[in-house]
Amino acid sequence: MSRGARGRPRFNPDRDVEEWKGAYVPYDILKEAFVAFLAVAALIALLAIVFSSPDEHAVTLKSWSAVDPVDFAQTAVTELDGTSGTATYGPPYNATPDASQHIGFFEPNQWLGVHQPVDTAQDFVIGPLRTLPNQPATQLAITAYENAPAAQQTAWTTAYEKAVANATDVRGRLHVPVGRYGPVGRIIGSLTAMSQTGGLDGTLLSNGQFYNTNYTKPLLFLADGNYLAARADSQHLSGDQWGMMNETGNYPGQAWLWLYTMWYQVPPMNTSSNGDLEVWGIMMLLSLGFVFLPFIPFLRSIPRWTRVYKLIWRRHYRELAAS
Amino acid sequence: MSIDTGAPPSPSTQDSEDSRQWTARVRRSAESAFPPDRLLPDRQPAYMASWIYVFGVLTVVSLAWVIITGCVLAVMGPSWWHVSSVGLFVNSLHLWSVEAFFFFMVIHLWGKFFMAAWRGNRRLTWVTGVVSFLVSVGAAFTGYLSQQNFDSQWISTQAKDGINATGAGAVWNVLNFGQMLMWHIVLLPIVVALIVGLHVLLVRRRGIVPPFELAKNGDEPEKAAAGTDPA
Repeated sequence: MSRGARGRPRFNPDRDVEEWKGAYVPYDILKEAFVAFLAVAALIALLAIVFSSPDEHAVTLKSWSAVDPVDFAQTAVTELDGTSGTATYGPPYNATPDASQHIGFFEPNQWLGVHQPVDTAQDFVIGPLRTLPNQPATQLAITAYENAPAAQQTAWTTAYEKAVANATDVRGRLHVPVGRYGPVGRIIGSLTAMSQTGGLDGTLLSNGQFYNTNYTKPLLFLADGNYLAARADSQHLSGDQWGMMNETGNYPGQAWLWLYTMWYQVPPMNTSSNGDLEVWGIMMLLSLGFVFLPFIPFLRSIPRWTRVYKLIWRRHYRELAAS
Repeated sequence: MSIDTGAPPSPSTQDSEDSRQWTARVRRSAESAFPPDRLLPDRQPAYMASWIYVFGVLTVVSLAWVIITGCVLAVMGPSWWHVSSVGLFVNSLHLWSVEAFFFFMVIHLWGKFFMAAWRGNRRLTWVTGVVSFLVSVGAAFTGYLSQQNFDSQWISTQAKDGINATGAGAVWNVLNFGQMLMWHIVLLPIVVALIVGLHVLLVRRRGIVPPFELAKNGDEPEKAAAGTDPA
């Protein structure tokens, strides 16, 4: 802090003010708050009556597999062979090497490790199918798959992925062309059928207790498919549609996230494999700058330079000039 | 015979040792920082004559409506608004009060920025205002995650990548509805209410920032004057 001749801090117009010695006027603070309270009540009531609020029904594994069984089956086989987005995600879901985002040595996700463990083959496919009663063919297929060497498993799932790419949906039933995919056809077919009955939704939520409020597993499974993303795209919610600011329908969303989502639209973040961490890093720095703006030279001078204050206090300055 | 009225003895009659009590010290500090005419003033400086000043109180009353409508939703439970027309209306009030809250708060923030409202020892007022904005963003975000509809499914599955990249996903799982609901209706509202409360108290303590003093030519703020105003 610079100091004047007698050691007192030098007046800085971006930090200090002269004590106000002008007039004071009557001001009923409680009346203002009460009127504002009623005015906002009227405003939000009007908006609620006219526009209501959006409530687009949630997607379930049942509705997904019924509406688009081909996409469901294509996703399910990647969960089985460990190539899905979740299976290769890394922490906090699994220990896939080199999967965490990083900036140089800074790799917080990797440092903190796996905290919501998900084994997609067991948790999304094999485990749920093992709960099915009276399906010996399915159980035999699972046993055959589990007992096969890894190379054989890969050969089967690769063949199935090729075949299911040409699969058809006949009135909600999955028809996959014949191929050399061994028991995988039976496994994925059974999982699709199980999902279409709604059984998979409940099984993925099950944690051994009656109550559960953790939807991590069904949401990860849903997010691995294309169906959820396609529906979001049709509701202008995708990342390249600035979807973070949008809401289903034509409602305003989290418009206050405009700066956060903007960074995802510009290079290098829009193509970077570490884009999320880079955007968060930028936003953390900007937020710190925003919080501590009064302490930052140059930035704290912007209000004085821009002179918008002359518009805000125009009556004060007019009266000052007149006196 | 004297009648016990229940009133404590006057502080002036207490031993001087009592004045070192924590309770006595806090009471003296509070009385010094917030005398009644500062806490509930009926006079304000004449320069406070602009519509921009309205947005502070609009932000606070919008927050009050956010909390009131949120409490009604909490009374009836998180699934109520999906199956009840009354619930949908209350949810709509909640949504629009949140939109109003952010709209008014952003204008309030920009207004305070262009006033350089941190001047005159008001830096903590600015800091608490910005922090309340940032925490409110988090509170609103967890609200979107708690809707139990397609919107919350999409937002949570997209947001997990950003949260996980920072490492926060290890303890803060946006796909865990129960966890996000508790953050939305308990933890974050408490933090927002505390910080906004502190912010309002600081505004009452420090007062409203005076205008920039103009130099003789009426153009530029004064560059130098003797001393500073500790306000």
